[in-house]
Amino acid sequence: MPLARRIIPCLDVDAGRVVKGIEFAGLRDMGDPAELGARYNREGADELVVLDISASFQRRATFLDTIRRVAEQLNIPLTAGGGIRTMEEGRAVLLAGADKVTVNTAAVQRPELISELSQQFGAQAVVLSLDVKRANGSWEAYVRGGRQATGRDAADWAAEAVERGAGEILLTSIDRDGTRSGFDCEATAKIASTVPVPVIASGGASTFEDFLAVFTNGCADAALAASIFHLETHSIAALKKFLAERGVPVRQSR
Amino acid sequence: MKIAIVDYGAGNLPSVERALRGLGAETERATEPAQVAGAHAIVLPGVGHFGAFVAGLRERKLTEPLQAAHQSGTPILGICLGLQAMFASSEEAPCESGLQFFPEKVTALPTNVKSPHIGWNQLRRVRESRLLHGLPEDAYFYFAHSFAAPGSALATVAACDHGVSFAAVIEQENLFGVQFHPEKSGETGALVLRNFLESL
Repeated sequence: MPLARRIIPCLDVDAGRVVKGIEFAGLRDMGDPAELGARYNREGADELVVLDISASFQRRATFLDTIRRVAEQLNIPLTAGGGIRTMEEGRAVLLAGADKVTVNTAAVQRPELISELSQQFGAQAVVLSLDVKRANGSWEAYVRGGRQATGRDAADWAAEAVERGAGEILLTSIDRDGTRSGFDCEATAKIASTVPVPVIASGGASTFEDFLAVFTNGCADAALAASIFHLETHSIAALKKFLAERGVPVRQSR
Repeated sequence: MKIAIVDYGAGNLPSVERALRGLGAETERATEPAQVAGAHAIVLPGVGHFGAFVAGLRERKLTEPLQAAHQSGTPILGICLGLQAMFASSEEAPCESGLQFFPEKVTALPTNVKSPHIGWNQLRRVRESRLLHGLPEDAYFYFAHSFAAPGSALATVAACDHGVSFAAVIEQENLFGVQFHPEKSGETGALVLRNFLESL
């Protein structure tokens, strides 16, 4: 009875719409978050992640409304975050209907945020969003949407965050994000072997083989992708069938 | 028939509420002792910390009404931390007592596996189960927890393995409990809730 490897679609939202960043061209509208959420729920997603990529103060109310609208459509777990700075903002995200909240920049600046959220809501509700870039044979943690280096070793920071009560790591490879060149299996395996909590791999997904590689070579517990699902390049059911045929335990809808 | 969903001040009640209402049940959030005492059936959902949970029940004076409801045969379904609270105590809060419906103690998952146990897992049936009636043996359910009641608990009807065998589904007369989240377990989870409603 192995724990199934999870397939997690991600909705990047800005001002209540799902968007996709296009290099040098801003954002492209990908649809309504509640409609996309309902579709993934129906199609066998194991969980859904909703990230506020605008993350500006004024848009917070819109994001909470988005969480509520998405949560109403789901009977699978929902993780939400993006720009969460305080315990109160984390609480608001959970009360809006998310099961887990992600923290990133603010947790690097003030790691106690993780401890506070974990003590209040439990480790299973706190996800460290960790953006990493390869540097001299290791990986460095970045913040502010991958734009600012922290000078911290990613594995060290992951270990401290788990020590403080993070129950899961959402690991995004900045090197691979948006490149469609596959997940960074090395970075994923490094973090997965460092921390005793599940690791969700993100960034670079393009083919079914990429998912297989991150579950086998990368030791990932879950894999996240956005545009390949939104654009219906791949169906979740077909991806899971592919993985199951190759011995990866997955939950297949019947 | 009205189902009281115990509101102890934390926890994701809307999803449990939505799932039960989606199956046609009438629900109300119980924050007062009289609401628990007058309920036809009780759902005890819970996430977070065992200590905060039992303290939340105590502060709202809900502990004794829950124990009385159990004594008088009211069906009670504990979900996740709600299941754990039905036991005598938990390693998570050694100085607190649970509801004492079951004598065993809740313990931390072992350190040789990833904890929290987060994700979809399968069950091992121990004996005939009313909650799992009609569900396929290999069905997956969504778990998210770091502590668990022992698989050897007398009320266990289905166990799950994650470094150790733990109680995934418990049933004893009017008492029901699931360590997984039926409200987050897709269509299979909805069937578990339907079975609970049909047992009433």
